[in-house]
Amino acid sequence: MNVVVEEDRRPAPDARPVIVSSTVSDAHTWNLVYLQLLIEELGYQVVNLGPCVPEEELIAACARIRPAFVVLSSVNGHGGQDGLRLIRRLRAVGELRDLPIVIGGKLGIGGADPRIVAELAAAGFDAVFDDNSDGPVLLRRFARGLDSGGRRELR
Amino acid sequence: MNFGDLVRRRHAGGRLVVQPRMGMSDPETMRAGLLATRKAEASTVGTITVDSYTRQDDLAAIAEALRDGKPLNGYPIASHPAQTTRALLDGLWDEQFPVQVRHGSARPQRIIRALTKAGLHATEGGPVSYCLPYGRTPLADSVRNWREACELLADADEERPHLESFGGCMLGQLCPPSLLVAISVLEAMFFQQNGIDDVSVSYAQQTDPGQDLEAVTALRRLCGELLSGTWHVVVYTYMGAFPRTEEGALSLLGASAELAVRGGAQRLIVKTVAEAVRIPTVAENVAALEHADTVARRAGAAEPPEHERDGGQVYREARVLVEAVLDQCADLGDALLRAFARGQLDVPFCLHPDNAGRTRGRIGPDSRLGWAATGAMPLKGLVNTSAGTALTASGFLASLSHVQHTHDTSALATGPRSIEANSGVRR
Repeated sequence: MNVVVEEDRRPAPDARPVIVSSTVSDAHTWNLVYLQLLIEELGYQVVNLGPCVPEEELIAACARIRPAFVVLSSVNGHGGQDGLRLIRRLRAVGELRDLPIVIGGKLGIGGADPRIVAELAAAGFDAVFDDNSDGPVLLRRFARGLDSGGRRELR
Repeated sequence: MNFGDLVRRRHAGGRLVVQPRMGMSDPETMRAGLLATRKAEASTVGTITVDSYTRQDDLAAIAEALRDGKPLNGYPIASHPAQTTRALLDGLWDEQFPVQVRHGSARPQRIIRALTKAGLHATEGGPVSYCLPYGRTPLADSVRNWREACELLADADEERPHLESFGGCMLGQLCPPSLLVAISVLEAMFFQQNGIDDVSVSYAQQTDPGQDLEAVTALRRLCGELLSGTWHVVVYTYMGAFPRTEEGALSLLGASAELAVRGGAQRLIVKTVAEAVRIPTVAENVAALEHADTVARRAGAAEPPEHERDGGQVYREARVLVEAVLDQCADLGDALLRAFARGQLDVPFCLHPDNAGRTRGRIGPDSRLGWAATGAMPLKGLVNTSAGTALTASGFLASLSHVQHTHDTSALATGPRSIEANSGVRR
């Protein structure tokens, strides 16, 4: 994976944090640590909820922290299922209806699957990066889009 | 004879005990795996690795998988009747071939009951090492569960029980050796305080052979100073991203066998050439056991340099960390809880809610694994964190694959063979 590092960007003190989280069934950690470092380099503070996060805990954290956006990462092959269940519950919470949230990793058992991507996007994810080696680049582009006026206010 | 006695007797006879990771859901397949381990041309002991549903106490999921004939990723020891486990061990498990049950649970009581009911007496884990790296079970719950697990194991009357601390393997990589050594010794003390007399402590091979040797020496020195009862040391072959070439994998495995012998460890948990791509077959496990045994017999106990003889810097840091915990209170479980709550123990990159998360490890230009940030751990004055550059995302990725890259690159120099193409093993 090629990662362009931007060392000159520091988190602005008043910036809202970004939440990084795994799904309820995924115990992997290193992907979450990597994402934290990547997002910190974009100038954000990160609240990393870690592995095996129950849906209700993630939803409560979103309501409490009001993050700039949420990055969900899963590499155990159950990310498609776990992500669908989560986004349906999360979008049903009125104040989180417009919260920017993306999902990425290895979302299905058998490698990248366009159907999983379409289903997750239709269910309410703002971006889906399935088994995509350009994930870090796309994530950075997504964050920049929010930065340059694309950011929606939470209701 | 109990597990530890056998390991120590073999070591006294000049042999390193080698052990696989191995767990199959079907009892017949599990038996075949143990039989192949026993027959391997090496000084082996057996392993039954428990599946991940049992580790999480999700017995409904196992019932469903067993009913539908779906394979699990380990042996569901708490779901098969004790009679089934006794039958699979019959005529195979004896004084010369003890079997250890390996799992990874912060709620191990059901597993302990099942293994003792089947006549087994050796297992592993720990209140910290089987909690913080995985999931979100509160550390206080894990301490309570592991106290109970120790009592259950101590009450089993088949044989003097053995319990190994997994503390030397925290997160597998990028945890500096002194913290691995400290946690393993502290967990072994916790076991002994809770009635388990025969224990082992662990250390997972990291990034630098010289530092690893220092760490195993430090571990033995601290055990000699702090443990009562009987104990031995187990080394784990590297647990992070494994080399992708067969030569690279064998070179890393061989280095761990040399580390075990030169460091005075008595047992080695191996990895196989298939590690980077999938769960290994029984044949690959046997090949790994035999390779490790061959290297171990060749490795002379050459006189190491002085800093490696006394545990050096690793010993100094580990000693301070252990003392900080022992100073909290007399009960080891409570002392561990307080130390983590105050950040006096703080595992780098561990995202568990009960870990302070203010420390970071890094691989230095000399390949040694050190501290980039020590948080509230009492290491000020012992450790210099000011040198070196800040951790970046790309630097972090490079750290995760440092060992893989080092061994694959040296293999490339002699012409690599792809693991899949060469091993002739079907997926």
